[in-house]
Amino acid sequence: MDFISILSIFVLACFVGYYVVWSVTPALHTPLMSVTNAISSVIVVGALIASAAAGSASSKWLGLLAVALASVNIFGGFAVTARMLAMYKKRERKDA
Amino acid sequence: MHEAAATPAWVLLAYLISGVCFILALRGLSSPTSSRRGNYIGMVGMAIAVVTTLVVHVGATPICVTAPANDPTYGDRCAGGEFYSFVLIPLAIIIGGGIGLVTARKIQMTAMPQLVAAFHSLVGMAAVLVGAAAYLNPEAFGIAQIAGSVGEGWTVYAPTAEILINPVSRVEMGLGIAIGAITFSGSVIAFLKLNGNMSGKPILLPLRHVINLGILAGILGLIAYFTTDQSPWVFFTVMGLSFVIGFLLIIPIGGADMPVVISMLNSYSGWAAAAMGFTLHNSAMIITGALVGSSGAILSYIMCRAMNRSFISVIAGGFGAVSGTGDEAAIDRPYKRGSAEDAAFLMAQADQVIIVPGYGMAVSQAQHALREMADQLKAKGVRVKYAIHPVAGRMPGHMNVLLAEANVPYDEVFELEDINSEFAQTDVAFVIGANDVTNPAAKTDKSSPIYGMPVLDVEKARTVLFVKRSMGGVGYAGVDNDLFYRDNTMMLLADAKKMVEEIVKALG
Repeated sequence: MDFISILSIFVLACFVGYYVVWSVTPALHTPLMSVTNAISSVIVVGALIASAAAGSASSKWLGLLAVALASVNIFGGFAVTARMLAMYKKRERKDA
Repeated sequence: MHEAAATPAWVLLAYLISGVCFILALRGLSSPTSSRRGNYIGMVGMAIAVVTTLVVHVGATPICVTAPANDPTYGDRCAGGEFYSFVLIPLAIIIGGGIGLVTARKIQMTAMPQLVAAFHSLVGMAAVLVGAAAYLNPEAFGIAQIAGSVGEGWTVYAPTAEILINPVSRVEMGLGIAIGAITFSGSVIAFLKLNGNMSGKPILLPLRHVINLGILAGILGLIAYFTTDQSPWVFFTVMGLSFVIGFLLIIPIGGADMPVVISMLNSYSGWAAAAMGFTLHNSAMIITGALVGSSGAILSYIMCRAMNRSFISVIAGGFGAVSGTGDEAAIDRPYKRGSAEDAAFLMAQADQVIIVPGYGMAVSQAQHALREMADQLKAKGVRVKYAIHPVAGRMPGHMNVLLAEANVPYDEVFELEDINSEFAQTDVAFVIGANDVTNPAAKTDKSSPIYGMPVLDVEKARTVLFVKRSMGGVGYAGVDNDLFYRDNTMMLLADAKKMVEEIVKALG
């Protein structure tokens, strides 16, 4: 992909982000932060490429460390978001 | 460009799909019912991105197979490839994932702000590490060109000194590690402040604005210079200076501004991921980075608006360092003090009670006792609602999560603008652990540091019950609250949780 295509994706995604995030209900702002945390760890892709690539050994070790850090975030971020979201309940029926 | 040819179309498509999954994950958060499904879609998106990368890069034929037989470094370059790929990578994922899962399960809901800060720091550090790995091994990422004339078959094996990273990639890489490093050190400071390892008071260095601007200019200048000279000292100086500036940027910011800081760092972690996406030409990373970047930016904006402060003034820091002028006068002013029994009596008689929680509720873990109190009141026919100010607590939505944890139904919880008009028709406003967000001075006193901040109109309720540890302390803005001394205010001086438990007893 050339720079302009990448830039186009980026700019359009910023607009998508703008409208999507404004539609998030304020009650869910904390889960929003934890789930954005989890998804921004998609940076693990770069870490995996670094740790799998042939060549510089130090680059591999840095990549591996990044894989571990990003994994903490991916698993932790999605799990804690799921835990929080499970707590949001509507008013219970009287018989409950 | 040679790297474009190297990436099959299905891979580009897979990353695009994973980007779309992340959009849907955020879209789901528009309501609690759709949010759970959204979270699963997010997980699917992440799985697609990871599996695609593993298949393409880890399973791929090692580059060294095509090496010329006379390459003297052949052995070194290829040794251990499988070990890294098939043992260490899964190990890293298992260790990291295990830590993440255990933390997510054990963490207390009141500690969410710290956890989010810690997670931000990890994203920042991961970005720095990936940036450094890309710098040390640019061929692996397809961002380098080989300088000079080299023999056929040697393109991959030119010694590092002759490998030139594309100038555009250098800028992207430089920005990526700079933002990543700022996110990391800034989040570490935010974590320490939120976790109480470091005082929430702002630390103000002399000439801090000059120093900060100087360092920022230095970082940008070096990134520009990096395009002409890719020597390690430039790269590592950018990294080092960015760590320093992240630290310096957050230490002058006080506890009350933490909701803005944490949102801002959220945004930075997104921009760091986006910059890395630019470097690696990866659409999933770019889409995600843009989403997260805008998300954090919007949250910062909402938080600033809720405090009537400009983003610049928050970043400049120092808020809450100087005490308000009303401090000395406060000591002698008369106020009414009530007991748990008084509070129970007043609330049991009421038609409607609005509960206003704040950070103090989180500190004393009073949310469960509070819900019990609300249940008892409801059993007596009292209508109970909750009013939440956007900056109550230490992060956006902090109070909502705590109330949800205590099984408070979310349709009883209202935002500032939806409930503010109701206080006038309310018998009792029960303020627990909130302070600045209820201060009427924000509406009337032009000299107050919080003047103009939208506040909850609790003083319009017939009676205000204000739970507070003691009369001495002031809110984080460092200003006295006029509300304490009003005729219709009764102060309940005790630890929030103890007071609520006593009220529960008195109601029973």
